[in-house]
Amino acid sequence: MKILVCISQVPDTSTKIILKNNNTSVSSDGVTYVINPYDEWYALIRAIELKESGTANEIHLVTVGKADVEPIMRKALALGGDEAIRIDAESNDPNETANHIAAYAAGIGYNLILCGKESIDYNNGTTGVMLAELLGMDFLGFATDIQIEAGTAIVKREIEGGEETDACSLPMVISCQKGVAEARIPNMRGIMAARTRPLKVIAPAAQTPLTAILSYELPPAKTGIKLISPDNMDELIDLLHSEAKVI
Amino acid sequence: MSVIVLIEHTGGIIKKKNFEAVQYGAQIAQKMGTTVTALVLGSIAEAEMESLGEYGAKKVLHIADGRLDELHARACAAALVAAAKKENSKVIITLHDINGRTIAPRVAVKLNAGLLAGALSYPDTENGFVIKKAVFSGKAFAYVNIISDVKVIMLMPNTFPPNKVEGKAVIEKFDVSFGEKDFGIKVKEVNKVKGEVPLSDAEMIVSGGRGMKGPENWGILEDLAKELGAATACSRPVADSHWRPHHEHVGQTGGTVRPNLYIAVGISGAIQHLAGVNGSKTIVVINKDPEAPFFKAANYGVVGDALEVLPRLTAAVKKFKEQRK
Ligand SMILES: Cc1cc2nc3c(=O)[nH]c(=O)nc-3n(C[C@H](O)[C@H](O)[C@H](O)COP(=O)(O)OP(=O)(O)OC[C@H]3O[C@@H](n4cnc5c(N)ncnc54)[C@H](O)[C@@H]3O)c2cc1C
Ligand SMILES: Nc1ncnc2c1ncn2[C@@H]1O[C@H](COP(=O)(O)O)[C@@H](O)[C@H]1O
Repeated sequence: MKILVCISQVPDTSTKIILKNNNTSVSSDGVTYVINPYDEWYALIRAIELKESGTANEIHLVTVGKADVEPIMRKALALGGDEAIRIDAESNDPNETANHIAAYAAGIGYNLILCGKESIDYNNGTTGVMLAELLGMDFLGFATDIQIEAGTAIVKREIEGGEETDACSLPMVISCQKGVAEARIPNMRGIMAARTRPLKVIAPAAQTPLTAILSYELPPAKTGIKLISPDNMDELIDLLHSEAKVI
Repeated sequence: MSVIVLIEHTGGIIKKKNFEAVQYGAQIAQKMGTTVTALVLGSIAEAEMESLGEYGAKKVLHIADGRLDELHARACAAALVAAAKKENSKVIITLHDINGRTIAPRVAVKLNAGLLAGALSYPDTENGFVIKKAVFSGKAFAYVNIISDVKVIMLMPNTFPPNKVEGKAVIEKFDVSFGEKDFGIKVKEVNKVKGEVPLSDAEMIVSGGRGMKGPENWGILEDLAKELGAATACSRPVADSHWRPHHEHVGQTGGTVRPNLYIAVGISGAIQHLAGVNGSKTIVVINKDPEAPFFKAANYGVVGDALEVLPRLTAAVKKFKEQRK
């Protein structure tokens, strides 16, 4: 079984967002970039576990990005991928990203494609579903547990107000979140081995973006927090009722 | 030409967030000089569908196919595409919730339409078709222009509260022939958290962190939640220590919530926690440390010991409710 893991590069969670060029772009000065947590901790680690248990025999990693994403791909390889593929394009449109990955993956015959539930930069959570649609595959999102039994995926996933277990025959795309695997860190052997593993760069096919980000805005700083004495909870209730109008 | 809105229902009951989506669609339709049509799938009473008229739907397309009583995202996407084509819709709306997020992206691909996930504003049509959405887990907003002719919008729930108007929607039966692949996923087991409002739908949430000291103290937090009619949530270390069930964990790695009122008790306000709750309309923070970062993100703050403040707050809610009887 061959698994493809979709990896996206994002600013580290603790990054302070600074806008530039008249609020039309986000500054990368001083920003530490990491593998999107859902891709690393859950999708990639589950893929590695499936290989360790003998269910899968090959793991490929794919990213759509320019050369500056190579360090995080090296880290992903150090965790355990066999081969990394970078599609040399920059994309902020989910449809475009999905089309790039689909164009690459279509001919390879992956049995399982794993991605994160969403990227923590643009918070879309749409790439995996679009990829499934483009490849004519089924999709299950927000997985919390993935088991593979004889060509069928048994997936536990979050639904509105609860949890559901579904069965679906492979090939398919699954988006992963907490529960799917336990995070681990790369060890020295992995880091050394990653150096010799291939990081292929492929040229993208032309895509037409269907959306464009025009500008950004920072949320207004919350000013004037009202402090209420712990001895006067009636006042808090009164404010929540007459000022905030939430009760 | 019309605007089309996909309606979700739970066993025949349409929840508020769908009325929000219909009204959102109705406003856009009005601006475009057209009307909004709602698409409803599966078994549901006529009266329930007609009530969509009270939020601006002129017409309901109803596909009564019983297989749609279970959510099959591929079938829903096929139905939505068929309905959009029939109505010649240029704007297609779903919710940005778990179901919408597995359906709308497929629709966008099928129609080669630009997709906006998590709309927080009406489209600004002065300079294209520009919609605001949260990015970087709420640390910024982006204004995104949908360039394509057909546009798919996933509306963030609890963004525009619905207001009832006079009206009754006309119901039209609609048939779509599905393929076998549209029902490829087999549901083996469903576990709904009984009797509780799902966190993502909750309008009020009382949430506890490590400052609650231990699971044995959650009774007083639940008392407050019960008195308010609020759902309960927690920070990640609380779920990780098994003080509370995992589905209550909110934040970057847990659930994202957008209630009208979020009361954070004994939570420090780490950036990863804020990422899941900063869409809340009003935030109350109860923490014994006046330097806790959460106070910077709060509208109201109480510096004090949670175990003492909580029972007092519950009593104040009780009193407030009595007075208003
Ligand atoms: C990549 C990553 C992802 C993460 N994702 C999440 C996430 O999704 N959700 C999440 O919550 N966290 C997440 N975290 C963890 C996060 O950084 C914080 O560690 C966590 O939110 C802290 O939880 P807490 O506020 O309950 O506990 P603490 O940080 O221990 O804070 C306890 C607070 O309670 C107050 N307190 C103590 N006693 C009392 C009392 N008697 N009365 C009132 N107040 C009292 C203290 O002053 C303190 O402010 C993540 C971390 C990382 C690195
Ligand atoms: N540029 C990218 N390259 C590869 N995979 C991506 C890229 N962007 C997003 N993904 C994958 O799609 C998932 C959802 O991302 P998004 O739709 O951007 O929220 C991520 O968790 C990744 O697994």
